[in-house]
Amino acid sequence: MSIKPPMRMREKVLLRVASKAFIPLILLFALYVQFHGDFGPGGGFQAGVIFAAGFVLFGLIFGLEALQQVVPWSIVERAVALGLLVYGGVGVSCILRGGRFLDYGVLDHHSPMHGQHLGILIIELGVGLTVAATMLAIFYAMAGRGRA
Amino acid sequence: MSEHLSALIVVLPLLAAPVCLLLRQTRMVRAWTSIVAWACLCMALTLLERVHTGGVITYAMGGWDPPLGIEYRLDALNAYLLVIVTAIASVVFPSGVILTDTSLPEGKAHLYFAALLLCLAGLLGITSTGDLFNVFVFVEITSLSSYTLISLGKNRQALTAAFSYLVMGTIGGTFLLVGIGFLYQVTGTLNMNDLALRLPELLGSRTILAGFAFLMVGGSIKLAVFPLHQWLPNAYTHAPAAVSAFIAATATKVSYYLLARIIFTVFGAAFVFDALHLHWLLMPLAIAAMFAGSLAAVFQTDLKRLLAYSSIAQIGYMTLGLCMASETGLTGGIVHLFNHALMKGGLFLAVACVVMRTGSSSVNAISGLGRKMPLTMAAIVVGGLSLIGVPGTAGFISKWYLVVGALERGWYAVSVLILLSSLIAVVYVWRLVETAFFGVPEHEVCEVPWTSWLPTWILIGATLVFGIWTDVTVGGASAAARALLGVTP
Repeated sequence: MSIKPPMRMREKVLLRVASKAFIPLILLFALYVQFHGDFGPGGGFQAGVIFAAGFVLFGLIFGLEALQQVVPWSIVERAVALGLLVYGGVGVSCILRGGRFLDYGVLDHHSPMHGQHLGILIIELGVGLTVAATMLAIFYAMAGRGRA
Repeated sequence: MSEHLSALIVVLPLLAAPVCLLLRQTRMVRAWTSIVAWACLCMALTLLERVHTGGVITYAMGGWDPPLGIEYRLDALNAYLLVIVTAIASVVFPSGVILTDTSLPEGKAHLYFAALLLCLAGLLGITSTGDLFNVFVFVEITSLSSYTLISLGKNRQALTAAFSYLVMGTIGGTFLLVGIGFLYQVTGTLNMNDLALRLPELLGSRTILAGFAFLMVGGSIKLAVFPLHQWLPNAYTHAPAAVSAFIAATATKVSYYLLARIIFTVFGAAFVFDALHLHWLLMPLAIAAMFAGSLAAVFQTDLKRLLAYSSIAQIGYMTLGLCMASETGLTGGIVHLFNHALMKGGLFLAVACVVMRTGSSSVNAISGLGRKMPLTMAAIVVGGLSLIGVPGTAGFISKWYLVVGALERGWYAVSVLILLSSLIAVVYVWRLVETAFFGVPEHEVCEVPWTSWLPTWILIGATLVFGIWTDVTVGGASAAARALLGVTP
């Protein structure tokens, strides 16, 4: 009597179909948390984690190789850097516009309040990008252990 | 732009680190890291000059005025520290030994340089900020990047060394955070100057006392004050040699600054020394560190470990300066920050040159190298003389001020002990000299290229220069000591 090898996750219909339905919703919810963060609970960090969770789910079901085809390691690494640069870049552009570092009020010439709003929005975008990429980097490092 | 310098000196390395990830090519990243370090040095020198002529520089982050917003506040002490840290970075980063004895996988060097820049940004941040919580954030940035850097050492022990440093460093960081939390709970402010205004009437509070104790222990772990130094020897031994040079010369100095800032600016010398008598606790520990560190260094068989134990002894001297709480004593402690950064940075770079050629950092590796690598070995000898405190070297200057400070306080026994512990340094330095110049050569090697010996000699040469010409170092340190004690010049 031969023992059947355990089924891989992608061979389980239920998981495959359910995850395909869920992943777009997870990503959409992440975007909601990201851009609604200044009016309700949420913000860049939470949004980044949720966004990455969508990709992690994909990786769990369809395998690390499939995920790395979607988001290669080089993109993850650059995204980590880019998010931080977006954050810092806003701060530096505040200095260039005659304010203090991270003084968003000067970002809009007409109303400091709009400037503050714009500043926090871009900064949270940077945070979201870096957090999502970092979560993926951690997932790659953990899941890829012993493979290379 | 110039009024933004005190923010930019932290922002530049912080943003330069992710740029390394975009540049990727090792050669470009190396050049970029060096340029950033030099730019930081220029900014630090400008800031020091400006503090000495125009007084304290404050900067409100994001346009939010202190005490509500985060304030960057530079006085004679932190401007002096900024110069130390950036000077060491701008010598170590471009040096030819920066990648020696690292275990980087192919094509990953850019991550190493990003970690170096983050570490620099964290150290500069701790030094510049006037906000206690901001200090904690930068302490974490520095610590996390230094764990990474240490774990990149060639041997597998580097991983355990980095891990035990991670455990100790996290405990230290947590203690700092708990202390900050206690102070915040009672005073409702995180700004150091605001705390200094509010604390005097609350000093009887048990929460404040507990907060002070947490801050002291957390800071002492980071500084590696004697019984809390266990993480240091392994970390310095197994880290890549250039990382040891950078961290040994900067990280403990910045922790020292943090302790001094908390004691003198936030709580005030009157409370800490007159009411709590902290010096009766710190002074025996400092003296124990001077002897235990030096004695342990005598018996080491590894050059890096020898230097690490000698660092513990030198931290003892600096702490002793802190305990004296007088202008002379503090001047001695602070000038020793500068001088020790130069000699330890130079000595670790020299060891990195040895590792580059022989592949080993054991004391036997330098056997007979006096003829083969004359420049490197001469650097080790001069750096060693400075560790002992021979007149004409920078080490003499700091010990002179420490001894005078001890005599001023009437601590005659302490000044004798300073001199006695220096004699132990003679023993371990002589061991190096004897091995290098009277040993039988084991390796067929030649001198390292100029890109490696020149940075070593810049630091070692500086110990000779500042051993004779002390206007800048002692002048800056005594201005810093006066700023700490609140004495107007």
